Amino acid sequence: MATGVAAWLPFARAAAIGWMPVASCPMPVAPRDHRRRQDELIILNVSGRRFQTWRTTLDRYPDTLLGSSEKDFFYNEETKEYFFDRDPDAFRSILNFYRTGKLHFPRHECISAYDEELTFFGIIPEIIGDCCYEEYKDRKRENLERLQDDQEENKDVKLPHMNFRQTMWRAFENPHTSTMALVFYYVTGFFIAISVITNVVETVPCGSTPTQKDMPCGERYTVAFFCMDTACVMIFTVEYLLRLFAAPSRYRFMRSVMSIIDVVAILPYYIGLVMTDNEDVSGAFVTLRVFRVFRIFKFSRHSQGLRILGYTLKSCASELGFLLFSLTMAIIIFATVMFYAEKGSSSSKFTSIPASFWYTIVTMTTLGYGDMVPKTIAGKIFGSICSLSGVLVIALPVPVIVSNFSRIYHQNQRADKRRAQKGTNTGEQKLPKSACLLESQHHHLLHCLEKTTAHEFVDEQLYEQNYVEAVMQSFPAARRESVSSRDTATPTCCGRRSKRNTTLPIAALQPGVNQQGPLQELSAIHIQCADRPSRSTSRSKLNLKADDVGRLNCKGGRITTAIVSLPSPPALTTPDSDNLRGPPTRRPPLPSPGPSIQTTTSSANVVKVSAL
Amino acid sequence: QTVGIVVLVVASIKLLHILGIINFSEDSVEDELELSAVRHRPEGLGQLEAQTRFSRKELQILYRGFKNECPSGIVNEETFKDIYAQFFPQGDASTYAHFLFNAFDTDHNGSVSFEDFVMGLSILLRGTIQEKLKWAFNLYDINKDGYITKEEMLDIMKAIYDMMGKCTYPVLKEETPRQHVEVFFQKMDKNKDGVVTIDEFIDCCQNDENIMRSMHLFENVL
Repeated sequence: MATGVAAWLPFARAAAIGWMPVASCPMPVAPRDHRRRQDELIILNVSGRRFQTWRTTLDRYPDTLLGSSEKDFFYNEETKEYFFDRDPDAFRSILNFYRTGKLHFPRHECISAYDEELTFFGIIPEIIGDCCYEEYKDRKRENLERLQDDQEENKDVKLPHMNFRQTMWRAFENPHTSTMALVFYYVTGFFIAISVITNVVETVPCGSTPTQKDMPCGERYTVAFFCMDTACVMIFTVEYLLRLFAAPSRYRFMRSVMSIIDVVAILPYYIGLVMTDNEDVSGAFVTLRVFRVFRIFKFSRHSQGLRILGYTLKSCASELGFLLFSLTMAIIIFATVMFYAEKGSSSSKFTSIPASFWYTIVTMTTLGYGDMVPKTIAGKIFGSICSLSGVLVIALPVPVIVSNFSRIYHQNQRADKRRAQKGTNTGEQKLPKSACLLESQHHHLLHCLEKTTAHEFVDEQLYEQNYVEAVMQSFPAARRESVSSRDTATPTCCGRRSKRNTTLPIAALQPGVNQQGPLQELSAIHIQCADRPSRSTSRSKLNLKADDVGRLNCKGGRITTAIVSLPSPPALTTPDSDNLRGPPTRRPPLPSPGPSIQTTTSSANVVKVSAL
Repeated sequence: QTVGIVVLVVASIKLLHILGIINFSEDSVEDELELSAVRHRPEGLGQLEAQTRFSRKELQILYRGFKNECPSGIVNEETFKDIYAQFFPQGDASTYAHFLFNAFDTDHNGSVSFEDFVMGLSILLRGTIQEKLKWAFNLYDINKDGYITKEEMLDIMKAIYDMMGKCTYPVLKEETPRQHVEVFFQKMDKNKDGVVTIDEFIDCCQNDENIMRSMHLFENVL
């Protein structure tokens, strides 16, 4: 029950007078309000700034420092106020929580300071309202990561006892840790650069020799290039093997992207070594050499920016995919149109729709090579429409996507967080319980409703069971109907209790008809019913009057309920096992009506109200 | 032939544009600013104190709670139903809240102001038995014609039983409210003319000690 609505509870209880004239049973006694304190102002002095509020406002959350007697420790007798030596700015939001029931996180506040204040005042951060919860979680995560980074750095300094393997791994991952690592880092970088430059220069025409004109350098100075290649591959292989050896989890290392790049970079060389004699696969061999260009990706170990770029591209893959899809749609449409428009003209380059794709792409990206040009008027019209729409379709989304990178990146993360939060938040929705008095008053109100309608609240499973039983109950109907023809539909206010005492008019029923274990709402809240004696006497008195229609239908009701519990499952063996139910004298032998049964159970009677 | 192609292309471009428009309109924000232009300020404290049986302090406490929940000063039926429904989570309290709203909204202007609220509470909590019974009669008499017919009573009864919800013990049957109404009428309708007048109602309730006792139940609510 929300705290705000608690203000309306007196109204709801007063309105319950509307049920009284139609009630079929007497009402339970209202819970007494022992704290007849008049509302008074409390002064909270937080580091010199005085806050004032009503006492009842603070009492809404008795689990916190301000709502419980814990604040008495801070009471200052001379000035008659509560003094807290804490931050007054943070205290503002905490006090507002009591006033409005919602906890907000002020943006300018430092997360760890705020957390400390919350802990001091006994408020759990999970109840921060939805408006501020994301911000709070983000800042908290950032803070945690920063702390972790700091810790890791400190750990690096503080842990001398790493074995050789761990040292090596650390050296590989963080080149700044030692001089050796730095040297290694620069050497590998140098050799990657050499290897890439070699690949490039290999294909440059080097000038003519007497035998041939314009050979590429790779074929002129084969030996030199081969030595260079070998050296580089040696270094790379050694590096890869060292990393493999040092990795804490070899399997995971082998699956990582960087190691795959490494393998792909050095493999062509070895394959080339193995297959130099075989001329048939030289074509494939040439193709493999293309993969040597992947060595450039090894630079991403050296550059943080490249890694971030790769990561953001990966996370924006869906957006890029959508752009590609819409582009494809536009290309297909325009290519089709151009093909059919140019079909009529002779010597048209637009031989088929796929051939028109090239024209469409070149036109839409405003490249305009001019190798394919429309000749008919219709073709020219559509060609111009194509280039105009190309500008719109391609040029516009590009800056949008660029700015979308960060937005989508954060958005995706937030959506995942929210999904994860939803799973946890529903579990954590438990607000601190309001005062017990309010709860008991609410229960009293619900109890009055039960009495008015002569039905009781049960929870879902019990309802299912009862429903099943009620269906099964319809079979031995004949006898029952004659007895309780009047009141089949209104079993009683005393339904619960009489069920326990029930006796079995039908021989087929098992003894110990009182509760099967499941029917006892063990999860329910028990409220002592103080007016038991009066009720039993009144009921007994009434039971003697056979013609008292308007009152409790206990007589008929008892029999009805007896039959309801007919298909009792084997939990019958312990009819008296439930101590909550009161005295054990519950098996009178006959369906004798009246007071004898009622009064035996008069003491310590517990009425169950479903947990609500 | 060219004309046909032109028509086809124009149609497809239109389609594309429409799709494009649909694509771009994802983030159209529907901002419905509900300007509750209706604000209500209650009469002065002195006047209310004279009209009701609450003391000044009690009126202050009541108003603070009221204003906290309804800053605009009045409650409309929707809000009323929401608030009342929070107390009965298992069932559907909207019908009964509707009747209750009509009982509180004495001037029938569609909203309950603080005066209506406090007058109603004054009767319920501090009134004489006669006044309380009259208030209850007013609640049951839906069309306020001075007679409670069986149909009106059936509506009220159904509304009350709706608040219980589905999961009750014993299982709620269809004819339960109707039978309850029969019981009620047998008790209240002395001259058996099919309606209950206010005098019959008050007489009968005053002779019933259970009802009398329960009328005093909520006296210490505030």
